[in-house]
Amino acid sequence: MSERPRKIEITDPVEITVDGQTVTAQSGELLIEACERAGAYVPRFCYHPRMEPVGMCRMCLVEVDTGRGPALQPSCMLPVTPGMAVDTTGEKVAKAQDGVLEFLLANHPLDCPVCDKGGECPLQDQTVAYGPGESRFVEEKRHYTKPIPISETVYLDRERCILCDRCTRFAKEVAGDPLIHFAERGAQTEVATFPGEPFSSYFSGNTVQICPVGALTAKPYRFKARPWDLEESESTCTGCSVGCRVTVQSSRNEVLRFQGVDSDPVNWSWLCDKGRFGFEAGNSEDRLGEPLLRDGGELRPARWSDALTAAASALKGADADRVAVLGGARLTNEGQLAWARLAKSVVGTDHVDAQLGDGLPAEVVLDLPGATIDEVCAPGGTVLYLGPDPKEELPVLHLRLRHAAVNDRVKIVSVSPVATGLSEFAAADVHPRPGETAVLVAALFGGDVPSDGVAGVPAEQVLAARELLSGAQDLKVVVGRQNLAESAAVMVDAVAAVRAAVPTATFLPALRRANVRGALEAGLAPGRLPGRATLEAPGSWKDAWGSLPKSVGRDAEGILTAAAAGRIDVLVLLGADPLSDFPDRDLAAKALDAAGTVISVDPFVNASAARAADVVLAAAAFGEVAGTTTSLEGRVTTLAQQVTPPGTARADWLLAVELADRLGTDTKVATAEDLWAQMVEGSAAHAGASTEALADEANVDGVLLALDGSGFTAPAATQVPPQNSYSLRLVVNRSLYDHGTLLSHCPSSAPLSREATLVLGPADAESIAVTTGSPVKVTAQRATITAVATVVDSVPRGTAVLHHNLADADADGVDPGRIVIAGEPVTEIRVEAG
Amino acid sequence: MARFSAANEQLARSIVSRYPLPKSATIPLCHLAQEQDGHLTDDAMGHIAELVGCTAAEVLGTASFYEMFKRHETGTYCVNVCTNISCLLLGGEELLEHAEQKLGVRPGGTTADGMFTLEDVECIAACTEAPALQVNYRYFHQITTDEFDQLVDDLRAGKLADEIPPHGTLGKVRQEIPADKVANITPPEQQTEPVWIARHRLAAEAAAPAEGGES
Ligand code: SF4
Ligand code: SF4
Ligand code: FES
Ligand code: FES
Repeated sequence: MSERPRKIEITDPVEITVDGQTVTAQSGELLIEACERAGAYVPRFCYHPRMEPVGMCRMCLVEVDTGRGPALQPSCMLPVTPGMAVDTTGEKVAKAQDGVLEFLLANHPLDCPVCDKGGECPLQDQTVAYGPGESRFVEEKRHYTKPIPISETVYLDRERCILCDRCTRFAKEVAGDPLIHFAERGAQTEVATFPGEPFSSYFSGNTVQICPVGALTAKPYRFKARPWDLEESESTCTGCSVGCRVTVQSSRNEVLRFQGVDSDPVNWSWLCDKGRFGFEAGNSEDRLGEPLLRDGGELRPARWSDALTAAASALKGADADRVAVLGGARLTNEGQLAWARLAKSVVGTDHVDAQLGDGLPAEVVLDLPGATIDEVCAPGGTVLYLGPDPKEELPVLHLRLRHAAVNDRVKIVSVSPVATGLSEFAAADVHPRPGETAVLVAALFGGDVPSDGVAGVPAEQVLAARELLSGAQDLKVVVGRQNLAESAAVMVDAVAAVRAAVPTATFLPALRRANVRGALEAGLAPGRLPGRATLEAPGSWKDAWGSLPKSVGRDAEGILTAAAAGRIDVLVLLGADPLSDFPDRDLAAKALDAAGTVISVDPFVNASAARAADVVLAAAAFGEVAGTTTSLEGRVTTLAQQVTPPGTARADWLLAVELADRLGTDTKVATAEDLWAQMVEGSAAHAGASTEALADEANVDGVLLALDGSGFTAPAATQVPPQNSYSLRLVVNRSLYDHGTLLSHCPSSAPLSREATLVLGPADAESIAVTTGSPVKVTAQRATITAVATVVDSVPRGTAVLHHNLADADADGVDPGRIVIAGEPVTEIRVEAG
Repeated sequence: MARFSAANEQLARSIVSRYPLPKSATIPLCHLAQEQDGHLTDDAMGHIAELVGCTAAEVLGTASFYEMFKRHETGTYCVNVCTNISCLLLGGEELLEHAEQKLGVRPGGTTADGMFTLEDVECIAACTEAPALQVNYRYFHQITTDEFDQLVDDLRAGKLADEIPPHGTLGKVRQEIPADKVANITPPEQQTEPVWIARHRLAAEAAAPAEGGES
């Protein structure tokens, strides 16, 4: 199992004796941990270092003498006390272990030859190490139907279950989704779901990883490989920007499984299911193994030399001001740097944006004093949460926040237009009207509160939240995009409001795309250069790169607007799919149609490429390129190459270097490491993150970049028109399983996306006489769409929700992209029964 | 009928309000549901979960631990025949066999008319009166096969309706607490933290890593 030795700091030492040796333990620490650190590993099944001990399995019995004579005690339930003498290997202990195993095996089937766990099974291993060679139990074992699905992805074989309570504890304690529970009693006890309510947790895959037997298996891996056939390397999940550490396991050049690694500052061994099963996309039949060129209206396979020549000549012939690059958050740090140089120096355009109108300006991410996940979750702290629903967008961050609030007394003041996964455990949960977040945030720190409230939030809620924040030392703020139907400026104003009230506050940017932070650090944003340099203050990049763009370019919205007006001759889509990702699908479509040459660099033919690309350069995907990535908190970790890309697909950085070469610039780059060395050399913030430093044992959890940003200046506040009392304000947010390119290529996850509906609160639904399931007509400035209504309590009056990218782009999809107009501060809609 | 009726839902809410933590009302509400429907239905467990603020799986986990919550259709009369040691020695097995024939069902089964569910149970603590059985947990001592037949006929004819209410009924008289007799329990939302929970929290805070002091 992917367990790292735990490092602890001993602040309050207690001396104990373990197998005759004196050992210094931390007061209050569990004996099982102290023994393990002293080199005396105690076998166990139910104990898991990231969950409360329960003493279910009794495998960890050791003989303990606290002065009253030796007695067998479960070491996972016993905190160390001074002078404790412990025997972990004696005859009594061995007999106890042997006995416990004999009991556990009484009802355990002899399934090893057909069990996925065989070869990495704690029950198997510990039976061999500590158990009886033979069973005295000749009676019939208990029988159940062999595996039953308890969710879309997880199967339960109750005969194999040893009732350790790990999965059920995880579901309740860690995930907060107690949809599995022990049922029945005594020998009949089993793990059960309620009829008709499957274990549909976003975190269900973790139970498969922690089950100490083969009782829980995950569909994507069942019968795929034997543990001894797997090759593995440690890497970082790029399903989102949390940066969970994983082991990538493969067999015969195919990635078959991810297992979570216990990275203390990040994921504590947990993964979300989207990330865990996301490897399926890489194995998809639809992966591009060769470049494509449009020929007579169709994309057809081409030779690399032809495709690269086509791309290079389009770039060479174009006026730099008419070239734009969108995307880049999918790439490795090295790929981003290579493309930043190609775009900004070799081609010379500053119309470059890694975000697609769904993020925050680079200043918010890079130029504010930063906070890490650990700092945000530090016990006893206060957090102002202005991010998206973390359960839907940054799932493992959600687990960390949940743990902080539930176990570590962290007070979360959650501000979001509609209820989120945090609502359940936030100390305060307020829902301002869309577009008015900044007004509310300002009111949370002072000023008069009118009796009818602020921004739609009742006065007493404002005051209660203010009370929580007023005592806060060291305020931590999490900020992201909560609503794609309002402009990003709303969140920038909210940040400015916090800064005005609490200048010492530190910020964790909660943007979803995997390496979006890396992209901004590499300069893939208008006006930016790598290492937080800007066009105005380019630092060493001017010399390193030679030429730089003359003036600050356009962001994604500007690029698409210019393209739609026929002012972009070459549009590079760097793993970007504006048609699915940009909130205003109409503008994206017009832009793609009117742009000159469209070059897509992608592992797939995404919707935008299918519509408009003239050249598609087949890119290598996760697990196929070694390099580094940067998480939302600014942590640089390594990415491993575990398999080779399909066909002749190439690493993104290589494509940029190759194109630069064809455009006459020798970038002096032969390997990805050369690129990273350039980054580390040119950026003070990256100084500690060299390839050598990342390889150092001390940095197994990666290296944090400097988080001392200070350049943020508050822009002029956005004007939000008052709400028309006949209309609702639209919130467009994301759900974990949407129709994104990668997810649609994951057979296990794709069916989990929910249906696209218009979500309303009860009061508004009643006023137009609709209930869940009723058809409704949604009229906005640009278009009218029809949808089915869902009525839930979590949406406040005056607000309605559509989910981003759940519908296909056809004419009658329930697609917010058809009504959201880029650049508008808010989106007003009228909803009628239809 | 499966979820609580309007009247029972109101009662359920008042039961929930008697406890400092809503989840503590799970078992009383399972009883109430069983009383309403004769057994504990899935829909009722779902409704209980909503009322006490947990998942249906948690209600199932609790309810399924207890033998007396029946999660399948159960007859109006649940007949438990003891076959544990005392009763076994004094004819319990024979009594059960006779009961099977008389009712025409195996243990665990329910008669077609929905009147009886027969069960083979372990000691019901009436060993001195073996062989013993229970009908809806009311005892019948030293039962002969003839007496068993008579008992079944009487139950069918409704002669014991006064003494033995239908399966699931908790008591014939519902405890209603008149307003002036209420023991002054503040509703949970107005309550301060219960002392034992506060104690637990304070202890946890005292043990927080920052302090880390030894006691
Ligand atoms: S299914 Fe696995 S994890 Fe869950 S209780 Fe059984 S043995 Fe433990
Ligand atoms: S939270 Fe993000 S990084 Fe972590 S496993 Fe899920 S997708 Fe991957
Ligand atoms: S590991 Fe200690 S009782 Fe299971
Ligand atoms: S053995 Fe039947 S009541 Fe005790």
